[in-house]
Amino acid sequence: MSVRGWLGLAIVVALLALALAGDRVSGYRFDAQDAAAALHGPSRAHWLGCDALGRDLLARLGEGARVSLVIAVGATGLALLVGLAYGALAGWVGGRTDAWLMRAVDAIYALPDVLVIVLLIEVLAAALAGLPDLWRRLAALALALGFAGFVGVARLVRALVLQAREETWVEAARATGAAPLRILVRHVLPNIAAPLFVSAAFRIPAAILAESTVSFLGLGIQPPFSSWGTLASDGFEAMRSYPHLIFFPCVAIFAALLGFQLLGEELRARIDPRSRA
Amino acid sequence: MIRFVLRRLAAGAVVLWVVATVTFALLRLLPGGPFDKDRVLPPEIMRNLERRYALDGTLGEQYVRYLGGLARGDFGPSFKYVGRDVGDILLEAVPVSMELGGAAFALAVVGGISLGLAAGARRNRPADRAIGLLSLAGVSAPSFVVGAGLILTFGLRLDWFPAGLWEGPLYAVLPACTLAALPMAYAAQLTRAQVVAVMDQDFVRTARALGVPEGRVRRRHVLRNALLAVLTYFGPLLATLLTGSFVVEGIYAIPGMGRFFVTAVQNRDYPLVLGVTLVYGALIVLANLAVDLAYAWLDPRIRVGAEEP
Repeated sequence: MSVRGWLGLAIVVALLALALAGDRVSGYRFDAQDAAAALHGPSRAHWLGCDALGRDLLARLGEGARVSLVIAVGATGLALLVGLAYGALAGWVGGRTDAWLMRAVDAIYALPDVLVIVLLIEVLAAALAGLPDLWRRLAALALALGFAGFVGVARLVRALVLQAREETWVEAARATGAAPLRILVRHVLPNIAAPLFVSAAFRIPAAILAESTVSFLGLGIQPPFSSWGTLASDGFEAMRSYPHLIFFPCVAIFAALLGFQLLGEELRARIDPRSRA
Repeated sequence: MIRFVLRRLAAGAVVLWVVATVTFALLRLLPGGPFDKDRVLPPEIMRNLERRYALDGTLGEQYVRYLGGLARGDFGPSFKYVGRDVGDILLEAVPVSMELGGAAFALAVVGGISLGLAAGARRNRPADRAIGLLSLAGVSAPSFVVGAGLILTFGLRLDWFPAGLWEGPLYAVLPACTLAALPMAYAAQLTRAQVVAVMDQDFVRTARALGVPEGRVRRRHVLRNALLAVLTYFGPLLATLLTGSFVVEGIYAIPGMGRFFVTAVQNRDYPLVLGVTLVYGALIVLANLAVDLAYAWLDPRIRVGAEEP
């Protein structure tokens, strides 16, 4: 494995540990307030300092890691499942069905991601009114991000299926009398799994980026819950006087994107050696 | 050629109609109207408000009325900015976003290509590695992270550039750099990869073998062929950047479309949300058309309208 790959793996493992360890890393609950320490910078008691309400920043970053990773993984899984079914249908059936399915995808593509995501979050959060607050936001974000992501996956899967459809081994399978659905599931899908896997690996940082962007704008995760985006947004307000509040959330997001990106590159290099520069 | 453009414009109009319909439906699905939060109003006043803001009648009537307005170029009144039409707000906001996006696009193209060429021509030497690290950092940094860094250093500490508002060219420096950072880094990576790939091609070896000077080989043979592939990234990028940015306009308090969109969603200002969405769609349709025409002009192998039998 390359140095870059190891670095990516180390960062991702560290973030997962931070997310899983919960309160144990900092020793504070993410919403516990210590008025005496409000806005203090890094210290022995609070390693990364505290926010305006005296909440430990490390504990809040840990909570943010949980939220951001859950949403990113959920959104990626969703995008993959829906995109796979949609793209495979379009590519395999072809003809007019394909044309219409792809036209719908193009229409979604014609709009900025953030715009689609924001509109969907509002509608989904309203539709899921029965759920508890945090879960409602989490689900709405994961669904909205998944929807924004499925378009890209669908295009990729369609292109791959179209290509595979003309291969001789598909013809061979057809000649043996295999049912079309069986050919698609047993022969075509395993053959396009590798590039799909690589694109999924790159979807995770994209989802983390989109989540933090939407939350930064104040339209994603809502207080009192925190994601890296809301923490960065809070830090932005107090940037001049309390730079630690903007610095550490930004480092967390940057590290997460970098880590997943490097891991994705490593994966791609292993699956497709030609991509190695 | 003209037929191709007309067909694409017609298809774009259909896309916009679909976008308008879906967004209209989505917004009406949201519970709560724009006037719910205020104190309880007498029913007569409520009725007048609804009539003024075209919220009376059935959903179908409202939809038909909205589309009718659109056809006349009327986006309706804003719910939140009392006495202002969405059309007026958009007329002010769109040019601001396009200026910001245009500056960022120029920066990303020039900077990205120069860095990529410099790195690709010095493959695996220190300069290449340094640019590689820089662009890796660039593609991993969201715009608010870049923005925070730039504002803290060049806006607050050094006080070289204003860190907010939109009142002249100097005000555009930090926002444009913030918006350009990620695409510039990506373009640098892409250009480097293309240059490295083209350098290994037979025609480059042939040119060198024929005694063509190295500088000329790079300019005439490497650069041209490498750029054609990079162009496929700049097309969609132009469309994305021209519409400004939600985050960058937010953090620098720039009165562009992205900023209005975010506040409009927060305020439940539906006509403004719809208006911004449609303008985005229209700009992107037009930008994509322009990009396709530019390809055909740059690369004679691509025949515009060739899909027609």
